[in-house]
Amino acid sequence: MGNGIEIEKPLTAWGIDHFGAGSRVEGLKRLSGGASQETWAFDVAAPDGTHALILRRAPGGVAAARSSEAVSLATEAALLGATSKAGVRVPEVLHVSAPGTALGESFVMRRVAGETLGRKILRDDEFATARTRLTRDCGEALAGIHAIPAAGLVDLPRSLGEDQITKYEAIYRGFGMPRPVLELAFAWLKANAPTPAAPVLVHGDFRLGNLIVDENGLAAVLDWELAHIGDPREDIAWVCVNSWRFGHSEKRVGGFGDLPEMLDAYAAAGGARFTPAEIDWWEILGSLKWGVMCMIMYSAYKTGADPSVERAAIGRRVSENEIDLINLFEGLGRHA
Amino acid sequence: MHDAPSAKELIEAVKAFIDKTAAPQLTGHAAFHARVASNALATVLRELEIRPAAEAEEKARLEALLGSTGDSANALNAQLCDAIRTGKMDLSTAGLLPHLKSTTIAQLSVDQPGYSGLRSAAR
Repeated sequence: MGNGIEIEKPLTAWGIDHFGAGSRVEGLKRLSGGASQETWAFDVAAPDGTHALILRRAPGGVAAARSSEAVSLATEAALLGATSKAGVRVPEVLHVSAPGTALGESFVMRRVAGETLGRKILRDDEFATARTRLTRDCGEALAGIHAIPAAGLVDLPRSLGEDQITKYEAIYRGFGMPRPVLELAFAWLKANAPTPAAPVLVHGDFRLGNLIVDENGLAAVLDWELAHIGDPREDIAWVCVNSWRFGHSEKRVGGFGDLPEMLDAYAAAGGARFTPAEIDWWEILGSLKWGVMCMIMYSAYKTGADPSVERAAIGRRVSENEIDLINLFEGLGRHA
Repeated sequence: MHDAPSAKELIEAVKAFIDKTAAPQLTGHAAFHARVASNALATVLRELEIRPAAEAEEKARLEALLGSTGDSANALNAQLCDAIRTGKMDLSTAGLLPHLKSTTIAQLSVDQPGYSGLRSAAR
């Protein structure tokens, strides 16, 4: 793993095939240690200039048993194609390789320039203009994603709010570590479940960290691994969860924007008309989910699967989600 | 049993070793994990200071809320979870949300005292 030599040759062959004779692969570098997929950055120096690219690849080129939620690379590539066609800003896919080929199960897309780190996007001067546009950009992007005909997208799991409560409650109970705030959140969500909205294509992880932002605003939506058919309010609320505001709690949308503005942009771009109060239930579900995910990461330490300090320490982040849940409960009904 | 050095002093000494000696010589992943390790020790130091009183206060509130005495804070928390899960207590229960808020603020004061949600809760 992490060895670029085995892929440099097939990548060069693809580069010559795609960009013409004499094309060379340069600067091949592993970006993430993602558990489910490899991500590589590289350039192709071609006769018509240099192309900045990304290779997404199954570990070792072979699809392993991965989290039951994550979609396959081929599905991810198909989603990027469909969303691009719908006018949503995503990286352009240039090539998809099937399992068993020299490159293995993978796809190549253009590398979009910009920043993904939430703290930098929220703080640095170079993103000052971007921050004024990002709220609208996100509303429009989500409306675009949610308008893509879901019927044509086979292979996507279906997960509505109710399914997620069932799933995360089973995981939480399995740990045998009772936490009253999480307990209250599960009970409240069940007692106050909204009428389901018409199911749509949901990105599933739409938040700072998975968005490329340049000085003009949203440049690309990344990380489609958790895409599913679900409730549009899930995406709208997830970018609001306080864990993704990176310290800028006063701005509900990602630490940079106000929710009414994003909901207006969402509706103006063809999305359904939602009110901030309707997003509360989903933000509570989002904070609860992230709290349980922190417990999952800690359990990797507890069971010995990953003995790192980091996995141990993340168990002490669950209380962040608990205070977020309490703040949300206190704020219920306070919306204009 | 003696306590010279105390648990606090030993942890402080190890934390200082990580911060001043070990971490500056590390790069990449190891440097990152050294920072995480130092933060974990800072958590333990806060816990030593805050937990005894905070847990006693939590236990007193739990006893008042549940009308039961004699059990450990852990046992009382399990009872509280049962009451919430079975619908005997909910957001409308007098004292429940204030208790959970006080407990979570104390917990975060140990776990992540710089977290933005803690500032929001204090407002």
